[in-house]
Order: sequence, then C-alpha cells, then structure tokens
Amino acid sequence: MNAFHRLKDRIAVVGVGNTAYGNFPHTDDYGLGAEAFRRAIEDCGLDKNKVDGLGVCRVPYYARMGEILGLAPRWTVQFPPHGRMSAMAIIEAAAALDAGLCDYAALIYANIGRSRRVNYGGEESPGVWDSFGFTSPGAAHALMFQRHRALYGTTTRQLAEVSVAFRHHARLNPDAVMKQPITIDDHEAARPITEPLRLLDYCLINDGAVCLILTTKERAKDLKQKPVMISGFGAREAYRQSSIANFDLNFWYDEVRDVASQVYGMAGVGPGDVDALMCYDNFSPTVLFSLEGLGFCGQGESGGFVEGGTLRVGGKLPTNTDGGHLSNSYMQGWALNVEAVRQIRGQCGARQVPDAEVVQFVAATPCSRSIIYTPG
Amino acid sequence: MSTTKPRPRIDTVSKGFWDAARAGTLTVQRCDDCGHNHYPGSPVCPNCLSSNQSWAPVSGRGTLLSWVRFHRAYWDGFRDDLPYAVILVGLEEGPLMISNLMGAEPESLKIGDPLEVCFDAVDETTTLPKFRPAGNTR
Repeated sequence: MNAFHRLKDRIAVVGVGNTAYGNFPHTDDYGLGAEAFRRAIEDCGLDKNKVDGLGVCRVPYYARMGEILGLAPRWTVQFPPHGRMSAMAIIEAAAALDAGLCDYAALIYANIGRSRRVNYGGEESPGVWDSFGFTSPGAAHALMFQRHRALYGTTTRQLAEVSVAFRHHARLNPDAVMKQPITIDDHEAARPITEPLRLLDYCLINDGAVCLILTTKERAKDLKQKPVMISGFGAREAYRQSSIANFDLNFWYDEVRDVASQVYGMAGVGPGDVDALMCYDNFSPTVLFSLEGLGFCGQGESGGFVEGGTLRVGGKLPTNTDGGHLSNSYMQGWALNVEAVRQIRGQCGARQVPDAEVVQFVAATPCSRSIIYTPG
Repeated sequence: MSTTKPRPRIDTVSKGFWDAARAGTLTVQRCDDCGHNHYPGSPVCPNCLSSNQSWAPVSGRGTLLSWVRFHRAYWDGFRDDLPYAVILVGLEEGPLMISNLMGAEPESLKIGDPLEVCFDAVDETTTLPKFRPAGNTR
C-alpha cells in the first residue's frame, strides 16, 4: 500500500464555479478567474477571507490574482499553463491541506486563448522538429492514432464515437460551446487537420475560467454543499520522449496502468464500479488510450469498446458528460473535475448519470493522473 | 510575411549533429562512459549523468513507426507544401527521430517497414537528415 493512500476521503471539494465559455475580448484572464472564484465562493458559502491557499494555472501572475481577490494566503502555487496540470494541482492542494499548510485552498484556471487567437503551434512554440514541418500538439496524437490503427486495426469510425458522444452531451449542457449535432459520417467528412485526425478530433479553443475550493473533511461539514470526497488518486510521469511533445510510442499505457493501480487501490473500487468517467480529451485518441490504460478494455481493444454509444449518458460508461474539451469548453481538465463534482452532487440536469457515486477523472499525458470522487 | 521554413537551432550541444549531417553522416549522442545512445542531444547522459559524450555515427537504418500528413501550416514557410507528410523513425540504435519521407508516399509503406537515411541540403549551413524506403537508391 502506498503511504499517500491514507489521504483517502480526507479532503473534499466544497465549492465549484465556472464562467460562461466563449469569446470574451472585453475581459482578461484575471476578470474571468475572479468571476469563477466568486461563483465557487457563492457555491460553498465560505467567507472568502478564509481562503488561505491559492493555486493558479494559466493566470499570468498569482500575486495580481491575489490582489484582485483581496486574499492574503499562506500557501501559493503557480502551475505552468499546460493542459495536464488540473489533477496535478488538485493533488498538490490535497497534500497541502492535509499537511496543514492551508485550511481552504482555491484553485483558479483561466484561459483567453480564443479572444487572443492562440493556435498552439508554429511560431508560438518552436521545437526541435519544426524544421521537418512537425509543428503542433495535435500532430503527436495523430502519430499515436496512426500507430494504434496499424497495430490494432482501430478505425476512424470508431474514433468518431468519442466526438459524437461528447457532442451529444454538450447539447444537454446549457454552458457548452458546441450545440450542432454530429454523426459518425460528419466526423469522417470533416476537414483534415493533421491526418489521420480531422477537425472534430480537435479540442475547442475558447475563453473561460474555472475555480475549485477544497478543504479538509472536518471543515467541509460547516459549508453549504454536501462535500464531494477525494477518495483516490494516482500519478506517473513519462518524460523519456518529451522532446516529441505530448507523445508516447506506447500510448502512455504503462503509466496509466500504474496510475490505475494507485487510484483504484486507494479508493477501494475498480473500473466496474465507475459510474461516470471524466477523461482529458485534448484530442479524441487520448480517450481511447485512457480507456485501455485504466483497464476498461484491453490494450488495442478501445475501438471496439466505444462502438454503439458506450460513452453516452445511458451507455455502459458515460464519459465527459459536459461535452469535454471537444464540445463543452477548452478548460484543460479543470471543467471535467468540476463536472465530476456536479455529477456526484446530482446537479447535472438532462445529462445527470442516475445515482452517480463513483466518478473518475483521468488524464493520459506525459504527466498521467487520475482522481476518484465519491459522495461525502 | 516570412516564407522561410524554421531552421534547426544550433547550440553547443547540437552543433556536432548538424556538422555531421552537413558532411553526410547521421549521428546520435553517445555517452563515452556508459555507451547510452540518445537524441536529441543533452548536456549530460540521461542514463549515467556523465558529461563525456560524443556525436557517434550510426547505421542510418531504421523503421517507419508512424506518419501523419499536415493539411494546415503552422509556419508560413510550409504553406506551399500542403498537404505534406511527416514520419516517425525508430533508428536501429534506439533513438526516435521525426523526419520526412523521400521518394515515396507513406501510404505505399507499412508501419514497421525499413528505411534508410538520405540528406536534404537546404542551404550551405543546414542539411536535414531525411529517410527513404530501404534499398531504394534513387
């Protein structure tokens, strides 16, 4: 047993908030972050001056964020603006709360990529392979999917199941950006971006912000919402091929297997107990790789596993019930953790998974993470 | 608007690689102490942390591990090439390299097919190592 397993059910998410998602050139990361924070504070009913821990991601300067919110914390962490940071930050905050470094931690993520025309490739992030025309994060996932196809016979129609299910969920989510229904044929006919991936395999780029407020189990009892407990987590990095950003020759399989063993062992559940999965989906193939690593199916079997609406609410494994990065909002894992909390609380309306009691977040990335949430 | 393609950044670590490429030799960084092969170069050996490393010639043989085709140019310099393919090569000696396929379209190959290095002299200072199907001399 891992020593950190003693943190099982010790730390709760007590407040969540998000802004609208879209194109907001009239405001900035601080304005969006402040709105998400205010909503999270209203959600939990905490006096904001009791927040003594601050974690920020994609917010330019933690101290300016603290000034704007009128906070004087005793724990501050700035996470780099990378998509993989959401669960990393939540786990760090849980450890800090358990250690007594702070009593109430607010984690704030803000993104203004849409209104500022960020395209996540080329001259914004030149790398060692740009001379060969290999220039964007999506291309790494295209390389992996091409290989998955060759090794296991996975098809683009199977991959389409991911995008189609998440779009279906977005249509049930009033906050979501994308509302047009799509079919497998639409996915097949979409504009190619980096073959074999097409437009509908790519995440959105939009503005918005998310905030989560965490505290200890004891303190959670005094707040407005029924607490949602962090019952398990797991972590493993794969840095060996980092010069090809966002790439792993074996689909992060070994790392996610390791993460699965940690998170399920800590929470005392298995894949069969998971009522809903919130899966980091910067590009649709990541979802297939995550399902295999977590053990929902064997390696190479994810294409067949997702066929026939498996990932839809009402299907065998409702996944990204808010629409995910592909169709809800590009909140880089943060909104998916908020959705996990709302599913446990039963606040998801038309997209609610009945009696959701075990909701899992996973991110298969060079820093793979998973968190299991359960009712307090 | 510049239409120049991005050139490799040549620094104290990578200079040996690009000098060798210009002379028509593919190299990887090899640790003089433990023999570990790696690419791109790094200031210390990732296996044993030694600073004693050299750019060692390799066979130039590898296999096609994957490929993609770009339909969008993230650099203006690639706009005229669209759509263009990029390949992932696993060198016989272990390291992976991103490159381009010469003399064939990737659809005509299978994942795992053998490749061999060839050189694309972009200008007098830069030669890019590229790959072609093994045994194809033209």
